[in-house]
Amino acid sequence: MNYKLILNIALHLLQARLKQTVVAAVGVTFGIAMFISLVSFMNGLNDLLDGLMLNRTPHVLLYNKIKPTENQPVSLSPQYKNNTNFINSIKPKDRGKSIYNGKNIISILKQDPRVIDVAPKITTPVFFNSGTIAISGVINGIDVLSEEKLFKISDYIVEGKVTDLLQNNSIIIGKGLADKMLLTTGDIIKITSSKGSLASLKIVGISQIGISEIDDIASYTSLATAQKILEEPTNYITDIQIKLFEMTSAPIVAKEFESKFNVDTIDYQTANSQFETGSTVRSIISYSVGVVLLIVAGFGIYNILNMMIYEKMDSIAILKATGFSGNDVKWIFVSLSLIIGLVGGLFGLLFGYIFSSIIDIVPFETAALPTIKTYPINYDPMFYFIGISFALVTTTIAGLLPALKASKVDPVEIIRGK
Amino acid sequence: MGNKVIETIGLSKYFFDPVKFQVLKEINMSIDHGEFVSIVGKSGCGKSTLLYLLSTMDTDYEGQLFIHEELITGKEDKELAQIRSENIGFVFQFHYLLAEYNVLKNVMLPGMKLGKYSHQELEHRAMEHLKTLDMEDQALKMPNQLSGGQKQRVAIARALINDPLIIMGDEPTGNLDKKNSDLVFDIFSKLTQENKQTLLIVTHDTDFAERTNRTITMEDGRII
Repeated sequence: MNYKLILNIALHLLQARLKQTVVAAVGVTFGIAMFISLVSFMNGLNDLLDGLMLNRTPHVLLYNKIKPTENQPVSLSPQYKNNTNFINSIKPKDRGKSIYNGKNIISILKQDPRVIDVAPKITTPVFFNSGTIAISGVINGIDVLSEEKLFKISDYIVEGKVTDLLQNNSIIIGKGLADKMLLTTGDIIKITSSKGSLASLKIVGISQIGISEIDDIASYTSLATAQKILEEPTNYITDIQIKLFEMTSAPIVAKEFESKFNVDTIDYQTANSQFETGSTVRSIISYSVGVVLLIVAGFGIYNILNMMIYEKMDSIAILKATGFSGNDVKWIFVSLSLIIGLVGGLFGLLFGYIFSSIIDIVPFETAALPTIKTYPINYDPMFYFIGISFALVTTTIAGLLPALKASKVDPVEIIRGK
Repeated sequence: MGNKVIETIGLSKYFFDPVKFQVLKEINMSIDHGEFVSIVGKSGCGKSTLLYLLSTMDTDYEGQLFIHEELITGKEDKELAQIRSENIGFVFQFHYLLAEYNVLKNVMLPGMKLGKYSHQELEHRAMEHLKTLDMEDQALKMPNQLSGGQKQRVAIARALINDPLIIMGDEPTGNLDKKNSDLVFDIFSKLTQENKQTLLIVTHDTDFAERTNRTITMEDGRII
């Protein structure tokens, strides 16, 4: 088949109906541009919301779970080894919250090539005292520098600096807590630990994550200060937080560390399964809206090609009479719609990119997200690839039906009809 | 290789709409190489229908059709298109030029489809044909800038581009005035005399028919 000639005829037919062609192509452009900007925007928001969780959550967390001993005394006894033993009223074993040999584990983990970094942490419930009122809360004793590296904690500090925590007896409290107790930076806060000891700490900053449940109870202090409040030695660590280069491998790595270091582990996917569900649903919504837009554009092309075929009946008849087969005529109309799809689609990608860039600079300021200044956009090349592929597929299908009709046109009927 | 360009054996054709009606009844005929044949008859006698059967564009018939002593009946659309492309040139009552192309391109198009000659050769041949038809100065005009007679001459040039075995015409002068009709006839007779071109022309212009080598008269679907 002579593709060059067929393409040449298709182009001439397009030129003859330039206005209609442009309208058809604009339909595709609009569909693709909307698809691109919508999906980019939706995924940008998804990333933002996932980021809220992921930025604060370690990929793998090492800690001591409160649980009973796995090997109860009866199972150690050779006498009952082959029996099925039922044990009632088991109580969890008190092994303390401290991770045994924590400092060693940290230094081993820091050398693991899969690990970005490790941040030790002490989490302990406390009471914040304000006059006669005691408000329950949590103190997070953190290693300021590695915490900053892994979780960008400074993003959530609205007053003061995170490095101020390096001073002795200093604390950063949540915004909700500060509002409730009418405290500001520079004030002294009194704390009762779970062991009953009292401490006075100086407030050096206010933090705001944007989730009031956390802002109402959380506070940050240095590891050393936390250990002092709890009257524990300097090797006392309750959590080891790990970030991995390969985030998705977290469940496997978590299992490995669990057996290697004989501690309990949890990966971020298990800890936050509802986030995964949420982002999947949002993706489905944005893709279905995009696909609907493209299908509407496809119908536009179908219509215009159909009309073009009725207008060009004479030309089709003459082409057939002068030696073009039905197949040639079909390919002429298929290439017609492919040209529309390709040109419309490419412009769609361009406009999609422009629209997303515009959304990207629209101010978006909210108290809940102090670091976000504009609407988030995800410029994943995959969206552009999907967009252009879908444009070509829909336009081909939309063109194929009228093209098949054109290929079946009986030239005799048209020539006789005159 | 025989001398018969077209031969039919027992060619019958029915129309089914609105009622079953036999348009062509057992037509047996043949056309030899170099003949200038005209088919005449009253409206509705089936002469155009016969022409379309012979042209291979209409395949819904009974009987057998041979072109160049090769059985055509039952071939596929693609093969028929190839046969049309190589062997048959068309001139219709209405010029049927493609409005999207200029005169030269219109003439060249069937040749480009056949792909026998290179683009330059084709352009040269097209210009030669236009020159013999006194149309070379119109070559770059669009079809809508031409008069009826000029358009018909372009259509003849287009029919000639692939050196067809036979040129078929369906009332090629039906839409033209006397002067242009004569012009077209002169072109046709010149083609038979000088190039031994076989021609089969359907017409109801008896004047035109009388001047051809052979006249086939049809009535009620039969040749008489």
